[in-house]
Amino acid sequence: MGKIASSSSKGGFGGWINDRLPVTQFYKDHLSEYYAPKNFNFWYFFGSLALLVLVNQILTGIWLTMHYKPDAAQAFGMVEYIMRDVPWGWLIRYLHTTGASAFFVVIYFHMFRGLLYGSYKKPRELVWIIGMVIYLALMAEAFLGYVLPWGNMSYWGAKVITQLFGAVPFVGDALVEWVRGDYVISDATLNRFFALHVVALPLAIVALVVLHIAALHTVGSNNPEGVDIKKHKDENGKPLDGIPFHPYYTVKDIFGVGVFLLIFLFVVFVKPDMGGLFLEHDNYVPADPLVTPALIKPVWYFTPFYAMLRAVPDMQLGALIMFAAIVVLFFLPWLDRSPVKSIRYRRWPFKVMLSLFAVAFIVLGWLGMQGATELYKLMAQVLTAFYFFYFVWLFFYSRNEKYHEVPTRIEGH
Amino acid sequence: MTDNVNKSRRTLLLSTGAVGVVGAGFAAVPFLKSWLPSERAKAAGGPVKADVSKIEPGQMINVMWRGQPVFVVNRTTKQTNVLESLNGKLKDPDSEGSTQPDYVNNIYRSRKENLLVVVGICTHLGCSPKYYPDLVPQQFDTEWKGGFFCPCHSSRFDISGRVFSGSPASRNLDVPPYAFLDDNTIEIGNDGEQA
Repeated sequence: MGKIASSSSKGGFGGWINDRLPVTQFYKDHLSEYYAPKNFNFWYFFGSLALLVLVNQILTGIWLTMHYKPDAAQAFGMVEYIMRDVPWGWLIRYLHTTGASAFFVVIYFHMFRGLLYGSYKKPRELVWIIGMVIYLALMAEAFLGYVLPWGNMSYWGAKVITQLFGAVPFVGDALVEWVRGDYVISDATLNRFFALHVVALPLAIVALVVLHIAALHTVGSNNPEGVDIKKHKDENGKPLDGIPFHPYYTVKDIFGVGVFLLIFLFVVFVKPDMGGLFLEHDNYVPADPLVTPALIKPVWYFTPFYAMLRAVPDMQLGALIMFAAIVVLFFLPWLDRSPVKSIRYRRWPFKVMLSLFAVAFIVLGWLGMQGATELYKLMAQVLTAFYFFYFVWLFFYSRNEKYHEVPTRIEGH
Repeated sequence: MTDNVNKSRRTLLLSTGAVGVVGAGFAAVPFLKSWLPSERAKAAGGPVKADVSKIEPGQMINVMWRGQPVFVVNRTTKQTNVLESLNGKLKDPDSEGSTQPDYVNNIYRSRKENLLVVVGICTHLGCSPKYYPDLVPQQFDTEWKGGFFCPCHSSRFDISGRVFSGSPASRNLDVPPYAFLDDNTIEIGNDGEQA
């Protein structure tokens, strides 16, 4: 904070501001003099894209609340009203619904980047853990938002998910009632879900994103080589293999935004329901407590975990397994004990296993959308077992892993 | 550093801190409790009484509880005597996968042998099954021994609400919690533990 004085001598309006609020210093710390490794590749688009989608969700979300009523008798009709009667309402809603799926696409790429290049490893453990908390908050946010249109899948999805609280020993049933605010999913449930979706969780997510970036900018960004650029600095203390985030990466990210928007808007305009993947067909029917949809399934981004839940015959154990599948990721920085960060300098066993892990996750996601036949159930059981086996394997394998020599500098860029 | 610590100040700091935490705990109570079912929800979803003394043998009455129809049947011994013989034709004769209170874990799936209390919603897709009490051949089942038949997708249930093999429904009809207040009155939605 002692830096305030350094920019105070400038005078003028800027100087007056900087004497009171270090705007210039903040700009330098996080943009013009934040040195990022010079070798960011494709995978490094997704952080800034996640930020873009977050802004999209907040903006379109605020506009949607202007036309929506969280009332069990009116909610479904309000969404129809937005789609048909509100000027440009259809676009704002489709931007929001497609944005929800886009958020998870971007986040899954972003997380997989972390797995590829060991971005969760020391000293970035907290960046990873805060990121995982954001992921959890995002899942809650997406689920709550999905209930608001009060379609039949909203209703039954809410019923199944809140029923999971019943898996808690002893207080389960009371907990379910507490969450629902009624004995069944009702107006009270919808109303509180609305409050959480539009106020509580967005506040939390924005705060967490600030922490995520603050922690990242404290330790510096990782890169595809997994080389620490802070070890080699010039006489001015600037990393030799680093370039200022602005203008170099702002320009690169703007290109990424262009490509992303091309794809995103194509979906928004041409296929906003993605054939039932982004907006499920059963949700075009109003909530009906007496008619269960033929196949209750969550939206695609939850299906890997849903497949795990269904793979276990016992509901309590299934809920535990599903929860554990997410919790285990929090411990990744300590499960991977190899000193090498990037996959580029790790040998084939790691490459094979990480690929299988990714495939298992995707296939689980597909299984979560299908009806539960015996074959699919067996497949889900095998893949769930493999999902957990990966972490056990990683823990022992990485202890004495053989790896290629890691360079000290970033070459060839 | 530690030499300079003023012990009484430190004690004061810790004790005010502790009291503050307790205060925050109390302050959280109204926020947490406001999530409980409201008085209105409790009134609408509370237990429902039904007079069962007026149900003739073999007759069924329909009681609404939490927006769901609940079937109450005064079964004849002719109807209940066939239960054992049907076990082989059922998906889950012992109701192991059913949603039901522990006190109805018997072949009658009820507190009293004759009186059946089940939620009248098909466990398949939520239609309401029809009551076919007579032990006579039906269009949908030539060996019908009395029970419930869902007109939507032809799920068949016996007189205890147990689902027959070959039905699209996979679970027996749910049994709600209920208790006898006296010989003539049952209360649905009350386990009888508090009563």
